[in-house]
Amino acid sequence: MSFVLVQVIVGGLLLGAVYALFSSGLTLVWGMMNIVNFAHGDFVMLGMYVAYVVYTLMGGGPILGAPLATLVLATVGVVVYFALIRDIMKGPMLAQILGTFGLALLLRYSVFWWFGANFLSMPPNIVGGTYAFAGLRIEASRLLAGVVALLVTLGLHLLLTRTSLGSKMLAVAEDQTAAQLMGIRPDTMQAIAWAIAAGATGLAGALIANFFYIVPTVGETLGIVAFVTVSLGGFGSVPGALVAGLLIGVIESLSGYLIGAIYKDIVVYVLFLLFLWFRPQGLMGKA
Amino acid sequence: MRRWIWLTVVAALAIAYPLLLSSPFQQRLGALVLLYAIAASAWNIVGGYAGQVSVGHVVFFGCGAYAAMGSYAKFGLSPLFGIPGGIVIAVGLAAIIGVPTLRLSGHYFSMATIAVAETMRLIVTNTDWLGAAVGLSGPTVPRNVFDLSFLSSLPYYYLFLLVLVITLFITWWMTNSRMGFYLRAIKDSERAARSLGAPASRTKLYAYMLSAALTSVSGALYAMMFGFVDPESGLGILISVKILIMAALGGAGLLFGPLVGAAILVPLEEISNSWLGGKGAGLTFVVYGAIIVLIARFQPGGLLSLFTGRKKSKSDTGAGHAP
Repeated sequence: MSFVLVQVIVGGLLLGAVYALFSSGLTLVWGMMNIVNFAHGDFVMLGMYVAYVVYTLMGGGPILGAPLATLVLATVGVVVYFALIRDIMKGPMLAQILGTFGLALLLRYSVFWWFGANFLSMPPNIVGGTYAFAGLRIEASRLLAGVVALLVTLGLHLLLTRTSLGSKMLAVAEDQTAAQLMGIRPDTMQAIAWAIAAGATGLAGALIANFFYIVPTVGETLGIVAFVTVSLGGFGSVPGALVAGLLIGVIESLSGYLIGAIYKDIVVYVLFLLFLWFRPQGLMGKA
Repeated sequence: MRRWIWLTVVAALAIAYPLLLSSPFQQRLGALVLLYAIAASAWNIVGGYAGQVSVGHVVFFGCGAYAAMGSYAKFGLSPLFGIPGGIVIAVGLAAIIGVPTLRLSGHYFSMATIAVAETMRLIVTNTDWLGAAVGLSGPTVPRNVFDLSFLSSLPYYYLFLLVLVITLFITWWMTNSRMGFYLRAIKDSERAARSLGAPASRTKLYAYMLSAALTSVSGALYAMMFGFVDPESGLGILISVKILIMAALGGAGLLFGPLVGAAILVPLEEISNSWLGGKGAGLTFVVYGAIIVLIARFQPGGLLSLFTGRKKSKSDTGAGHAP
């Protein structure tokens, strides 16, 4: 295998880890409350803009930008939960889809209106230069994003499966009434889930802002990526999202390299449709 | 009886409108309201009556628009030939999207429609035969009346009015047919409907295909009026958004809901565009987003449901948890 191909695959894995990170937020909310956040990709976009603003106002890199973006988006998540999600969750399907889809438009075009439609970008060496490693050349910003995203996604999995908070959240997901009888407040747990889900998007956004193009409409593509990841990984499953995210990252960079950059989105979308045809329960899902 | 009086008054107003308010701007506005009302009514069949929220409906709109302009630009035919051509392509595409996704929960359907619309836009943007990013143009100088290329908006107004009446009639006829009863049952509770023998997936698919065909007609009419189509105006996701929000604002699942929504939002957008110019484009969609959120949160039935006395319907499709 040529070095170029290995390079492409490694790049795909690093980006895929970030996909896995923000997709686990979507899968958490979907699995727990059976609601799909169509604004999920736009949350990531907000995270990117927070990182960008931190850079332009204070000159801070991801050390400042990433925690701040996580915090800001977690707050957004909680606000969105109490102001919108809690009510539309009980409503008809139409209201659920319209509600989060309207939110997506609201966020996307508020940013569009404020920052304009121009492609923004961070300075190329904000994290550090490029490492040469056994013949591979890896940008520090991509390496940082991939490694942090991988660790946080694994941490999220441990949080959900190994802590009492995680057990409480799973209890609410399983049966709200029963959980309430055990003294768990569903409202609080669901708000926490939204904080975690949105916080993950904020972190992911701040991480890819260092090397991705920053534009208001980027949320649309990333939202579809998250949805594809979750449907491949099976909804509600963080490990599933991790595997699917890495896989999609690799498929995307390979098709970008082998067929052409403009076709990489098409490949992901077509893959998604094929999956819906042949294996709607996802790669690891049950039924 | 009162219903018929209302209908007569509305019909008379619709026919008289371009003669009473006869400036080119007003006539154009009227034609656009009717055009979007057609598209939104078509969306209503699948989004309102069948309860399947298609977010990528623009793909059918694009089928019609490209078929109409394509029949002129590629084959030298009247754009009218694009109407049957667009319908065939749209219905086929609807089957491809609908067969796998309508079996699944509604979220998959919504997301799949977005993915298909975006895929089509990317493919068309990179296909030279379809004009790539520039798009296709219609006849600059009409050869005869069948080129449907008029300077005034008046002929379009009455053409659109006729198509809208046909669309509404088809919708009304559908709701009173066996299919309409199935759809209502499925929307209330798909599981109950299935257990009583209603062919749920097939009925939803038929509704989707019917909706796709009518949306394609609206796309063809749009392209005829504007004389061209490009990937943004024919396949951009924002067209879907406009169609969807008009139906939802007026009242999804109500016969005249989409018309009411279009009559409110089209003038709003045209006026804000002429006041704010290009800078207003972003702001318009901020307002659209806010309107959708507010409808979903406070009045999921749309504005018309305020008058019909139907309160927030708490149908159980996908809400909460299945035990």
